Amino acid sequence: MMARAPRPRFEVAGIDSLILRLFDSIEESNMPWMLAATERLRASFGAALIDLVPSYTTLLLHYDLEHISASQARELITQAFADLQPASTAGSRCHSLPTWYDRRVGPELPLLAQRSGLSEAEIIRRHSGHDYQVFAIGFAPGFAFMGLVEEALATPRLSTPRKRIAPGSVGIAERQTAVYPGVSPGGWNLLGRSPAKLFDRNIDGYSLLQPGDRVRFEPIDHAEFIRLGGDDSPLETV
Amino acid sequence: MNHSANTGGLRVERSTPFIQLQDAGRFGVRHLGVTQSGALDWISMYWANWLLGNPLGAAVVEITLGNLNLVCEQDACLALAGADLGASLDGQPLAPWCSFSVRQGQLLTFAQPRHGARAYLAAPGGFDAPCVLGSCAGIAREQLGGLQGNGKPLAAGEQLTWHGTGLRQRTMDERLIPVFTPSPRLQLVMGAQIGDFSGQSLFDAFNSAWKIDSRSDRMGMRLLGPQLQCRRSGMVSEGIPLGAVQVPPDGQPIVLLNDRQTIGGYPRLGALTPQAVARLAQCLPGEELHLTPIQQGSAQDAHLRLLNQWRQG
Repeated sequence: MMARAPRPRFEVAGIDSLILRLFDSIEESNMPWMLAATERLRASFGAALIDLVPSYTTLLLHYDLEHISASQARELITQAFADLQPASTAGSRCHSLPTWYDRRVGPELPLLAQRSGLSEAEIIRRHSGHDYQVFAIGFAPGFAFMGLVEEALATPRLSTPRKRIAPGSVGIAERQTAVYPGVSPGGWNLLGRSPAKLFDRNIDGYSLLQPGDRVRFEPIDHAEFIRLGGDDSPLETV
Repeated sequence: MNHSANTGGLRVERSTPFIQLQDAGRFGVRHLGVTQSGALDWISMYWANWLLGNPLGAAVVEITLGNLNLVCEQDACLALAGADLGASLDGQPLAPWCSFSVRQGQLLTFAQPRHGARAYLAAPGGFDAPCVLGSCAGIAREQLGGLQGNGKPLAAGEQLTWHGTGLRQRTMDERLIPVFTPSPRLQLVMGAQIGDFSGQSLFDAFNSAWKIDSRSDRMGMRLLGPQLQCRRSGMVSEGIPLGAVQVPPDGQPIVLLNDRQTIGGYPRLGALTPQAVARLAQCLPGEELHLTPIQQGSAQDAHLRLLNQWRQG
C-alpha cells in the first residue's frame, strides 16, 4: 500500500525523551513506516541517541542532553522524516509457536469465553487460526507485541497486574497478543503456555522475534508441551 | 568456591537479594526489551566514584537496606556514599560521603537503614565484572549483569576485586552532600497525557502527600493516596522513560525506575526528573513524598547545572 509518509507529533515524555506519535491506531500498514523511521533516526542522531524504542504507533526517543539540546533534537527528527520511504517487508520471517492452551496455565480462558459468549475451544481455535504480525519488542527481553487479535477476543488488561507470571505464558491485552519470555509481573489475560525460547544471548540478535516477523500459534497437548521442554508449574498465583 | 582462599579484594561473608553490582546502566538495547538497570541513586554512585577519581559510572556495589558483611583481603582505599546504613569497620562507625582506608583482615559491615535506603560502595577504578550487553549492571529478572554476568545478586563466598590504584582520593565539599530531608518534593516533567486526567485528579496528584507502598522495588515504586482518574483507557503500549509516573486503573500511581519494563500501556502523568528518581531511591516504604510539576526546559537546565558539580575538582 502506498500511503503518504507520516508526520510525527512530538510529545514530551521526560526530561530527555520524546514520544513521536506517527499513527493513531494499530494497523499492519504502519510497520513499513515504523521500520523506516527507526532506521533513519538511528542514522541521523548517531552518538546523540541513547535509546530508540519503537512500538505500534509511536517511537520513544531518548537522546543525550549533554550532546544536543531539545531544539536540536527536534530539528534532527524533522530532517529524518523528510522524504521518508516505507521499508520493504518482503521476505519477513515466519514462526510457529507451539502452545498448550489450558485453564491450568491460562486462567483467563473462562473470562474470555464469558465475555465473548464463545466456548473455550472456540477461543482457542480463533486465537490459533490467525497469522499475527510482530509490531514491537518491549516490556521484557524478547517480549513481542503481536496483533491484531480479532475483536471478539479483545480483553482489557487486568486492573491489578499479577506479580509473577510463568515464562512462556501466552496472553491477550486488548487486540494484542504476546508470549512472556521470562518470569515477570504483568497484566495480560492468560490463555496458555508455549515452550519456545524467545530471548537468549546465544540467538543472533538476542530476540527470536523481530518487528515485522509473522507468527502463528500452534495448539499442542500437555504431553507435547512437556516433551518440548515446557514447564507446567502454576506460577501465576497473584 | 574455596572460602578460605585469599585472593585479595573483598570477600562477601553475608549478603541479601537486594545487594547488586550496578553502574550507569545498560543503553542502546531497550528496543530488544532489555531494561536500563544501573544505580537507582545515580547521584550517590557518582559521588562514591568521584571520591576515588573513578569514571563516575564505574561499577559500584548498591547496598539496599544493609545486612552486608565484607572481609577485606588486602589493604585498600574505598569510598562510600548515599544512605547511612550503620556501616562500620571493625566496629568503628563509618560515615558516608568519604573515602576510607581498610587493612587486610578488617571486617566491613552494613547493618540497617538509619537515614536513606541505599548506600554505594566504590573501589579504585571500579569493581571487576563482566560486561553484558554493554554494562555490568545486575538485573535478576533478566539474568543479565552482576558479578557473574547472570544477574544474580551478591552472594556469600563471592569475591569483589578491582584493578585501579586509588591514588586520586578526593574530599567532598560539605555543602554538596545531598540531604535526604523527610517528605521530599519530587519534580515531575509533565507529559503529553496529563490532559487526560480529571482536574480533580491533577489537583490531588500535586497537592497530596503520597505514601510509598511496601510493593516497591528497583522496577517501580507504588504510591498510595487519593485515587486518580484518567479518561483514557485501553491505551496502545508505548516506550516508557525513566521515572515515568503511570496510573493503572486502580488509580494508584507507580513510579517506574531503572529496572522498569521498556514498554507499557497505562496512562502517565509524566516522568520524574533524574534528580527526583535519585531522591526517591533513598525513600523507604511508609515514607511520604509530594509531587511537584516542572516544565521540560527548566528541568533540563537544572539537570545540566547538577551535572556540572562533578566537573570541578
